[in-house]
Amino acid sequence: MLINTVSESPEETQQVGMQLGKLSQPGEVFLLVGGLGVGKTCLTQGIAWGLGIEGYAASPSFVLINQYRGRLPLYHIDLYRLDSIEEVTEVGLDDYLYGNGVCVVEWAEKAWAVLPRENLTVEMSFFSDTSRSITLKPNGKRYVEMISQLSITQRAKEGKRWSLP
Amino acid sequence: MNVLGIETSCDETAAAVVQNGTQILSNIIASQVDIHSRYGGIVPEVASRQHLLTMIPIIEDAMSQAQARWSDLDAIAVTNGPGLAGSLLVGVNMAKAIAMAQGLPIIGINHLEAHIYANWLEGRAPDFPVVCLIVSGGHTDLVLMRGHGDYQLLGRTRDDAAGEAFDKVARILGLGYPGGPAIEQAAVDGNGTTHHLPRAWLKGTDDFSFSGLKTAVLRLVQENDDISVANVAASFQESVVDVLVSKTMDAARRLGARQVLLCGGVASNRLLRQTMAQRSPIPILIPSPILCTDNAAMTASCGYFRLKAGETSGWDLDVEPNLRLA
Repeated sequence: MLINTVSESPEETQQVGMQLGKLSQPGEVFLLVGGLGVGKTCLTQGIAWGLGIEGYAASPSFVLINQYRGRLPLYHIDLYRLDSIEEVTEVGLDDYLYGNGVCVVEWAEKAWAVLPRENLTVEMSFFSDTSRSITLKPNGKRYVEMISQLSITQRAKEGKRWSLP
Repeated sequence: MNVLGIETSCDETAAAVVQNGTQILSNIIASQVDIHSRYGGIVPEVASRQHLLTMIPIIEDAMSQAQARWSDLDAIAVTNGPGLAGSLLVGVNMAKAIAMAQGLPIIGINHLEAHIYANWLEGRAPDFPVVCLIVSGGHTDLVLMRGHGDYQLLGRTRDDAAGEAFDKVARILGLGYPGGPAIEQAAVDGNGTTHHLPRAWLKGTDDFSFSGLKTAVLRLVQENDDISVANVAASFQESVVDVLVSKTMDAARRLGARQVLLCGGVASNRLLRQTMAQRSPIPILIPSPILCTDNAAMTASCGYFRLKAGETSGWDLDVEPNLRLA
């Protein structure tokens, strides 16, 4: 089971995130996959709002982890700067990933091997100049249940796809 | 009054002794930039371990260069947020240990506020109210300061900080880390009007956004194989500076500021300094580049003014990684 949709604007991407944030339970892990500019931080802003966190969750690229206090703690992790599994393990993420908060990991593709097997993988890519393709892939029963509760119109439109490096 | 400042919020281990909040007796900075450059940025665990190694020698250097003994100090000021938790802990615990051993008062300092105080170290006292633009790798904050300790946060970045945008675009262009100096260098031979890159004005707010600009640069580079890196770097820099300067000027005009203060690592960018100076009808204050990047003299200066206002911290002073200015 997976959900495939197309977001026509940053606001729509935030809306998807907000639904995920509202449905989140302790220990939730969202792994975001996709290159620069596909809307990963934008989706996370929505997740934060869904958890009752005010303001904009800004990019954690510089500090690697931002923490927020909402209905549940949110750990916004960004592996953008890291290039190998060794570097990721050096950072020491396990306390967050296996804790009781909600973890959102940007650039998760850099560290599959050390990230929890049970997760909701969100693949994002360019669909056009202004729209983005979003695919939700649940890994584990709780995540299958989670996405079955989402109200997202599935739209796998034909369109120009941008190749990313 | 002599204050020992300690700063370890990110990847610089720094200590300084400052007299009366304005006179630098010593200002020692050990940068980890070489260590982190292989990661293309800062790695928290590596940073805190490095702080542990360099902290004591740096403090000893700061004391000996200031020709100060422990008995010459009146207080210790230490950055306790915002920043990386593990890094902040090294500085805060070191400060507590010295303060306890020497019987000195201690004061926890907000790193963003400290950046503003770099201006007091340049031998001039700003004329309130001032609008401050704090631009660095982790922050892009626009702040109204009505007096010492009296701040109003006007706006901040909603996504990428200005310095982060420099780092990411430098990586897209294959220019290396840190991105600020790399882009500035590449832009020297470029024409900033070649590509008109987007500017996110976010009208009606003092917030910033640099994420769309980053994406625009990525697309531009992907779609044009033999594009001039120098022209893209120059056009990108042009766009960031235009937004930073225009929004700062708007706020200063609207709020009747007497001066504009520019601080943080990105404030060492020459185009930003020049453009701000050209377009501002009111005086602008910018610290020299060495005081723009992270240092402990600014921490000590800020500490002096806080202590003068009768504030101190207790032994329960803790690190606050997400500390905000207002």
